Amino acid sequence: MELLVASAIGLMTAVGIYLILQRRTFPIVIGLTLLSYAVNVFLFSAGRLVINRPPIITGADAYADPLPQALVLTAIVISFGMTALIVVLALRGFLETATDTADIPPNDLEAGK
Amino acid sequence: MMTAGFTTSWIIAPTILPAMTAALLILAWRRDIHMQRLVSIASTLALLGIALFLYHFASDGETRAYGVGAWPAPYGIVLVLDRLSATMLLLAAALALAVLIYAVAGWDKRGRHFHALFHFQLLGLNGAFLTGDLFNLFVFFEVMLIASYGLMLHGGGDRRLRAGFQYVAINLIASTLFLIAVGLIYGITGTLNMADLAAKVPQVAADDQALLQTGALLLFLVFAIKAAFVPLHWWLPATYAAASAPVAALFAIMTKVGAYAIIRVYGTIFGANAGALADIATPWILPAALLTLVVGVIGLLASRRLLDLAAFNIVASMGMVLIAVSLFDVDGLTTALYYLVHSTLASAALFLIVDLVAERRGETLDALVPGNPISQGPILGALFLLTALAVIGLPPLSGFIGKLMVLDATYESPQAWLIWVLVLGASLVMTIAFARAGSIVFWKTEGRTTGPTWETARIEPIVVVAFLVCASAALAVFAGPAVEAFHAAAEQALDPAGYVDAVLGSAPATTQPTGQ
Repeated sequence: MELLVASAIGLMTAVGIYLILQRRTFPIVIGLTLLSYAVNVFLFSAGRLVINRPPIITGADAYADPLPQALVLTAIVISFGMTALIVVLALRGFLETATDTADIPPNDLEAGK
Repeated sequence: MMTAGFTTSWIIAPTILPAMTAALLILAWRRDIHMQRLVSIASTLALLGIALFLYHFASDGETRAYGVGAWPAPYGIVLVLDRLSATMLLLAAALALAVLIYAVAGWDKRGRHFHALFHFQLLGLNGAFLTGDLFNLFVFFEVMLIASYGLMLHGGGDRRLRAGFQYVAINLIASTLFLIAVGLIYGITGTLNMADLAAKVPQVAADDQALLQTGALLLFLVFAIKAAFVPLHWWLPATYAAASAPVAALFAIMTKVGAYAIIRVYGTIFGANAGALADIATPWILPAALLTLVVGVIGLLASRRLLDLAAFNIVASMGMVLIAVSLFDVDGLTTALYYLVHSTLASAALFLIVDLVAERRGETLDALVPGNPISQGPILGALFLLTALAVIGLPPLSGFIGKLMVLDATYESPQAWLIWVLVLGASLVMTIAFARAGSIVFWKTEGRTTGPTWETARIEPIVVVAFLVCASAALAVFAGPAVEAFHAAAEQALDPAGYVDAVLGSAPATTQPTGQ
């Protein structure tokens, strides 16, 4: 299971980083989403990978750490909201400037404010 | 600590008040700009009052912790008030009030929900200054950033949208790194409470130190992005120059949150007492800070608009703050705090004065090309001159004392010659950049005077800028008491034992939560 989780995190991070280095907004948004998936799984594994254990301390038995699950939940909510926002931003930018590159045009006097 | 006293409970007020105000503004007066302004200013005044009270409360030198929901420290979330956080709260509240009064003169009408977003931003800032928990710091960073995305886009326009996309994207990457760092630190130590971490980090087994080191340095990378360390500063000039003036002025404190987080985390958790991980980030700060200063002043020299000048000034001023932080001793942090307060006020004043000038120049706006003479030229010119003197670091304003303190604090450092050459050289280059900009805008003029006259112009914006300049002057005049206060704050920030005692108490960390 460790291999499966670790390679999933690694693969998603690698693809995410490749995508955020692109020039256009759409791949960047997908890349950021993949990165947030990777980090969610990573956070989950920070509490150690255990199966079929209660999330409470019941004595000498091993237990599943509940705190990373709470952290992941918070991280999911935040990254979900942020993804929605950046999609809207990318879309508005595309509709208003008719181009979806992520760079900012030079801010000279001729270019206007 | 469990039975929090009445006064200790006030520690949470700087986060509750803006949160309630923002919610109320959206729910009750969504379309009524006059009520919004009234409530917004009243709430910010109250916040300033609370910040003053907490500052006074903290000035007895004791660190106080407020356990949210009365949960005992390592299990629940704590908010911690000491001199350092009280100073930052006071600075944020004072800056917020000035910026708000400026915005009420007209900027707040150019987009919707300015006031609600403004208070959410204050919630995030105050929370980040108070929290004693790493994950909670992440949450407050996000609150601050989410509000700043909205504020950044305030006023609309495709330029802001494009700059906004980059700003959001870079901060999402930073948030991802933050979460990875938090995951690593939690995975090794089993806690995210800063005081608990300070106690546990020195005891980490040798096998796990490499992972913890990775976590600690990733966290540093995150704060470096927030603080606009070169080479992680690229997002800043474009974002700040594209944002509306009051927003950019408020953002002057956002980079300082990064500096504050570095002082807090690397002073308390990974400080001198952290065993094998002691002072883990310190060797990285000085080279990055010097580079930041150099890139900042080169940007100033290359600026073709006044707004670029104001934005690169933030980068350069962060370089100065971080040079002082890099020493990580009491003198260094005293200097860093003085320069931090000074540069927040002066940078904000610069953004606002640039906006006032641009508004009066007709179609040339803030571009550094000859244009029309502007109305109210003498007073605006004088304010620009004074603001420039403050940010460059020439007498008589606070910048001069700040730079002198940086030179004095680094005197003993082995790299003193390099720091001195760069700081003094940077001041010269900044003088040239500001003198060039000022003479083009105010003296190289032709045609007829444009802009509102004394009868038609709003007076509040000019008063706000004058107030910020006076604050800088006051910081210079009362430098003695100010430095004493910052000295005490620095001593307290570098004393993890006091912090740990205040948060965890004398109870061992294994106590079960009692719920009371």
